[in-house]
Amino acid sequence: MTRVGIIGLGHGVFGRRSDATVQELAFEAFREAMEDAGIERSRIDASVIGAVPEYHKQRSLAGVVQEYLGLVPKPTWLTEVACASGSAAIRTAWLSIKAGVHDVVAVVGCQKMTELGTAEILALMGRVGEVQWESGFGTTFPGYYAMFAKRHMHEFGTTRDQLTDVAIKNHFYGAMNPKALFRKAITKEKVAASEDVATPFQVYDCCANADGAACVILAREAVAKEVSSAPVWLSGMGCATASMSVLRRPSLVGLPSAEAAAAQAYAMAGITAKDVKVADVHDCFTIAEIMAYEDVGFCKKGEGGPFVADRQTYIGGTVAVNVDGGLKAKGHPIGATGVSMTYEIAKQLRGEAGERQVPDADVGLTHNVGGIGQYCFVQVLTRD
Amino acid sequence: MFKWFGRVNYTPYTKVSDFARHLKNGRLMGSRCRHCGATSFPPKADCDACMSGDFEFVEVSGAGTLVTFTKIVAAPTGFEDVAPYNIGVLDLADGGRALAWLGETVPEADIAIGMELQLVPRILEELEEIKVYYTLERPGTTWSTAAADA
Repeated sequence: MTRVGIIGLGHGVFGRRSDATVQELAFEAFREAMEDAGIERSRIDASVIGAVPEYHKQRSLAGVVQEYLGLVPKPTWLTEVACASGSAAIRTAWLSIKAGVHDVVAVVGCQKMTELGTAEILALMGRVGEVQWESGFGTTFPGYYAMFAKRHMHEFGTTRDQLTDVAIKNHFYGAMNPKALFRKAITKEKVAASEDVATPFQVYDCCANADGAACVILAREAVAKEVSSAPVWLSGMGCATASMSVLRRPSLVGLPSAEAAAAQAYAMAGITAKDVKVADVHDCFTIAEIMAYEDVGFCKKGEGGPFVADRQTYIGGTVAVNVDGGLKAKGHPIGATGVSMTYEIAKQLRGEAGERQVPDADVGLTHNVGGIGQYCFVQVLTRD
Repeated sequence: MFKWFGRVNYTPYTKVSDFARHLKNGRLMGSRCRHCGATSFPPKADCDACMSGDFEFVEVSGAGTLVTFTKIVAAPTGFEDVAPYNIGVLDLADGGRALAWLGETVPEADIAIGMELQLVPRILEELEEIKVYYTLERPGTTWSTAAADA
């Protein structure tokens, strides 16, 4: 069966983009990816758009993006699994190539989150949980991860300082990423002085909403080898779910969906966690990155706190994690995030990450979570 | 009557709507599958184990252990005026779990994972419309069931 290669990479600047519509944001990423691929637009067989519809005024987003990209009358469709919508788009594009239906597919993750006012955002925030039994008590997205953090601290002794270490690392690298929302390093004092959101979280434990887009162009092996001297391969593709309700999660110190998706991705790629040199993981909150280290096997369950405190996830450590700034500093335009992760890891494997380049990066991983873990996608990327 | 459940209710219609009526009468009800006997709290009309849709309500004690908690400071729409508030997840002794506010019998400084708590039916009394919910309280906290199943 054909391998699926990444032949084009594009990424817009994440941030408050009051200068552009969502389709204009999508086009920025698409144009860069097409220039990178160096192919004619007519060779694109289909597009898959990853986005979460409720943030946009425009309904049925795929159609307006497809038109703006100039890809009509080729097929397009939208994938939605909350914050993992971008990885779902990549997965369905990959499936369509694996199935022999398409040769070249453009995947665009895009999201404009600042179209909504604060009141609309707060109303949406009240419905992130399971609405029948949980939302009636005023649960929030940070609130759920805060409860994971409290439990993680209780079971393993994870500390407030270790949460802070995640934020400091990701802002340190975000400062080097010209595509990031926040490009400034932060201090422990700055984190400590920030306002409470949901204990133990303060503002600097939480990623920020943003506008933005990213694009990857995928191709079947023969096409990838024809147009690219060194394609990066989607070698392991894992995907799993966990219950929506925390009332039906036996363990609250990790995401069972992430463990399952990682195991699938490693098995398909024929590697283990030890082979991974660089990773982008879903750090929507600081505890989420610590749990991700454990769930994908970079360290044992419960050891994620000391792992970051010992700088094992900085460049030069055991495995470099979120050296593009992560969701935390790069910003989190939810539909774009999964595609942005694949973009970053493919750049790393090509050796094109500039001052953030991880030496000898030959195997990389992405870990993209939807909601509070009800969806997780893990990809293993390799080069020949 | 499920529109009664919760300070804000997003799901007025459900096959387990009688849960809210029982709660108003001071009773905590889970579900039991009439086909295979599997139980659930919160109640669920359709059985996880055998897929049967034939269920009955069964009363649960509400006793349990606190699994985790947080104090929500940044509140969503509908909760601005009560923020900050503490919410917790309770592992019920009879099986299942509940997510609820920590009540006034549990001072904030005393909240600790692993503590024994009691899920207690409540009615929001400051409102004209009926709003029922439950809180996590010290074991031994009593509540009225005087309304009976009227």
